[in-house]
Amino acid sequence: MTMTDDTTGVLGQRLLRREDPALLTGEARYTSDLPIPGALHLAVLRSPYARARILSVDTSAAAAMPGVTAVFSGADLADAWAGPMPCAWPVTEDMKSPTHYPLAVGQANYVGDGVACVLATSATAARDALDAIEVEYEPLEAVIDLEDALSDRVVIHDEIGTNRSYTWDLKIEESEGQVDRAFADAAYSVKARYIQQRLIPAAMEPRAVAAIPQPFGGDMTLYSATQVPHILKVMTALTLGIPEHQLRVVAPAVGGGFGSKLNVYAEELLCVALAKRTGSPVRWTETRSEGNQATIHGRGQIQDIELAADSDGRLTAVRVRLIGDMGAYLQLVTPGVPLLGAFLYAGVYELPKAYDFSCTSVFTNMTPTDAYRGAGRPEATYAIERAMDTLAAEIGIDPLELRRRNFIPTEAYPYEAMTGLVYDSGDHDRAATLAAEMIDYAGVRARQESQNVPGAAKRLGIGVSTYFEMCGLAPSRVLASLNYGAGGWEAATVRVLPTNKIQVVTGTAPHGQGHETAWSMIVAEKMGVSPDDVDVLHSDTAIAPLGLDTYGSRSLSVGGVAIAMACDKVIDKAKQIAAHQLEANPDDLEFSGGEFRVAGSPDRAMPLAAVAFEAFTAHNLPDGLEPNLEAHTTYDPPNFSWPFGTHMCLVEVDTETGEVDVLKYVAVDDCGNQVNPLIVDGQVHGGVVQGLAQALFEEAVYDADGNLQTSTLAEYLVPAASDVPAIETGHTITPSPTNQLGVKGIGEAGTIASTPAVINAIVDALSGLGVRDVPMPASPNTVWRAINEAQGGQQ
Amino acid sequence: MIPAAFDYVRAGSAAEAIQLIGQYGDEAKFLAGGHSLVPAMKLRLAQPTVLVDIGRVSDLSYIRDGGDHIAIGALTRHMDVEKSPVLAEHVPLLAHAAGHVGDPQVRHRGTIGGSLAHADPASDLPATTLALGATYVAEGPNGTREIAAADFYQGYFTSALAPDEMLTEIRVPKMGGAGWSFQKFNRRAQDWAIVGVAAWQRGSECGVGLVNMASTPVLASSVAAAIAGGASAADAAEAAAAEADPQADLNASVEYRVHLAKVLTRRALQAAAG
Repeated sequence: MTMTDDTTGVLGQRLLRREDPALLTGEARYTSDLPIPGALHLAVLRSPYARARILSVDTSAAAAMPGVTAVFSGADLADAWAGPMPCAWPVTEDMKSPTHYPLAVGQANYVGDGVACVLATSATAARDALDAIEVEYEPLEAVIDLEDALSDRVVIHDEIGTNRSYTWDLKIEESEGQVDRAFADAAYSVKARYIQQRLIPAAMEPRAVAAIPQPFGGDMTLYSATQVPHILKVMTALTLGIPEHQLRVVAPAVGGGFGSKLNVYAEELLCVALAKRTGSPVRWTETRSEGNQATIHGRGQIQDIELAADSDGRLTAVRVRLIGDMGAYLQLVTPGVPLLGAFLYAGVYELPKAYDFSCTSVFTNMTPTDAYRGAGRPEATYAIERAMDTLAAEIGIDPLELRRRNFIPTEAYPYEAMTGLVYDSGDHDRAATLAAEMIDYAGVRARQESQNVPGAAKRLGIGVSTYFEMCGLAPSRVLASLNYGAGGWEAATVRVLPTNKIQVVTGTAPHGQGHETAWSMIVAEKMGVSPDDVDVLHSDTAIAPLGLDTYGSRSLSVGGVAIAMACDKVIDKAKQIAAHQLEANPDDLEFSGGEFRVAGSPDRAMPLAAVAFEAFTAHNLPDGLEPNLEAHTTYDPPNFSWPFGTHMCLVEVDTETGEVDVLKYVAVDDCGNQVNPLIVDGQVHGGVVQGLAQALFEEAVYDADGNLQTSTLAEYLVPAASDVPAIETGHTITPSPTNQLGVKGIGEAGTIASTPAVINAIVDALSGLGVRDVPMPASPNTVWRAINEAQGGQQ
Repeated sequence: MIPAAFDYVRAGSAAEAIQLIGQYGDEAKFLAGGHSLVPAMKLRLAQPTVLVDIGRVSDLSYIRDGGDHIAIGALTRHMDVEKSPVLAEHVPLLAHAAGHVGDPQVRHRGTIGGSLAHADPASDLPATTLALGATYVAEGPNGTREIAAADFYQGYFTSALAPDEMLTEIRVPKMGGAGWSFQKFNRRAQDWAIVGVAAWQRGSECGVGLVNMASTPVLASSVAAAIAGGASAADAAEAAAAEADPQADLNASVEYRVHLAKVLTRRALQAAAG
């Protein structure tokens, strides 16, 4: 590791996660486990129509039911909101955003849009009362198709007069007209359309909320299954007009998010508003079907991509046109998702300044979309990696060879890309070579020769995907240039207690990642203590008041680095105390293994434990030095972090049934130095499965009227362990030069790389049958249809 | 996922269960393993006002050798059907198919009688027992009667059982060493079949049942006739969908279902013959 000398060798060990015993035994408490005496239960009546005028809401029968405390329509709560539901990412000056309240007023705009709600003394009574609310709707024509939305044939929101939210362009040319000239002069060019289907995040724990008021003091505590307690606090305060200092947000054990809990939801605002109004605690737990309808969806793009290449296959221009599906409203960062991928449509390849990206995002009558694991980057990686395979086929060379010809060379790092972004470090050839060895790339190509003969019942295919994960969101100034409504820093406090136990306070908000384990390892390494002597405090704004939470693979490369920097500050202070005690110059002291030693005089030493106790008693501190050992850091990273790698997938396709069998999956990921390789492997495994799920299983399907056809997990096919292959992980380590730990993020890499690897493998298997593309998810029926279409047969 | 309110009564015997269901009428439902009924209730797709729990009628959980057939009590769990040495010897196709129902949790709770009485054409065991020529025994206020599996299924979730009748026993002819195969095609291991085929063959005699190819499980009689007439497995399988009337859903178009039925029937017959 590229660490200081103060190493105890903790970093890089495969320590078991300290979080797991509580999670696995049921000791951990999730929001809906919290005992809250006297809590009222919220239930939300949701629109059964994708688009309908709300003519009347009669709550009287429901209000008269046993156990029911109150029933509200959207209009009844109009005075509860200081502002509409927040969108924190106005990507352009003229972006259109329809006014959106926690309960719809006047018009419902997707199936699942809240129309009325019930408070009752039990969840059962609340649910039963929903059936007694009488809503008169006037159904209106729904807009489901993105190109139909773009046409404004039917305008969903009268108040903004168009379905177009914004158009965002990124055109980079050495000289005007370069992209057009490159395509005119190209030896080879390809053009393809890819559909990023809508996905349902389906975290293991549904959303849950509990708001507990203090009626006389005015304080409010909000428990939520959220990945952003700090952001939620600010946004809830603003939206409800609650003074921020009177609001405390706690995220107890949180069972996964994948971006879906990076939001401010109607039910959170309803619980707080109604707790404030009634003076009683109010709680709500999402059902799985509500989750499928009313928690944000991911992806949802139409991608048109064109590549131009010279006679050697080297890229000379990239042109991309996106249509982004915002859904019915803009949620917290909905419009920004396509932008997070906008810089990555040239992948890990050298490209001259000949890049033309444009995204137009539209409203539809479907569940709002927002960030979902990878957010913009899986989409971009899919498009360029599929298009590279198409280009290789056009040229007639091996797709891995085409990639090698285009890789940014290792010696070019740090590399300033044509977009102006600086990629911190990379070695694409090494990762690709390792992956090729692990999967026996050459051997597979030879097997294909003998197996993929005409009439073969099963055809073998191999898919390659290389990627960059622009992550570790992010330098605040860069976020400012993208009009993002917050910074990208992270806060940390490191506190040495009198007995040399250490408390770390972090602004990250883990919801399954293992931060307590990883952060304790960083502190142990820096401070020369055991990880068991380090406690990690988080996810409660009363304990950890500052933070920007967990998303975008930012926690380690921003929050973890902040912790290391706070450790440095503590060590500096401790060094002054030790020097004073040892009657030495602080500059002559060395710190390693938890002990300060005078350089050249090994017998003159003082352990950190003794320093900590001196700092606590303050009996004999240097003049002017404050008691106690504690330091705080807020770290704003100088750059994104740029993990990269190569994934390869080996499939066998049954040409009779269209069934895809993933025989082998190899993931080589380089996330710089690894704090805990066990956690890294876990992130890669989970990410690969989620990306593979997009390729093979998952799709939020709507009918033409806007009814969600996949409202339960019987129809929405989240794969189980029995449905996915064993995953072999390999790693190269190219430390990031931008932070002292040399680390990069890893939370989204698997999701980014795996989807195109799987589809490339399927298309590779079927290329001999004339198949050039297979839409996602590549279900057996879909693959069978693709084969038939290529063969000119029945569909 | 909160069901509508309902009353709950527990029956100690089949006779008591039938008396209770008669007492409460049309709005009452038998509750056995609960793995079909309870999810429907949670979604409020089913809203019975009374559940008559027969889960503890322990004398209906058995697997007995009946001479030319094996008799299986209606409340026998799928896991017991799957693991039964008696069935492994005499009706291995049924034991194998039971091992493909849902996942282990479902198989430990769900019962064979519940699955058959639910009459879901996408379930594995209705088509399997149909292929095997099983006979079901129903008990009602007027005593017991036998219903051939071929006469039992009348439509989606609709069986020949009267509202006050209860399925008590399944009698499956011994297979006498016939070859067999169960082909279940799905996207996730624990899902219902997109198409399933249960087949046995002994010389020119065979039985083929299709899962999820109509509003009822389907007995592919034309395939059996073709085999009886000396057709090859591949040729006979071309007739697999002759008695079927499949619907499209998220997993399969009608054309794809028909195609799958043919492919899986051919594979099943080839495996059964091999």
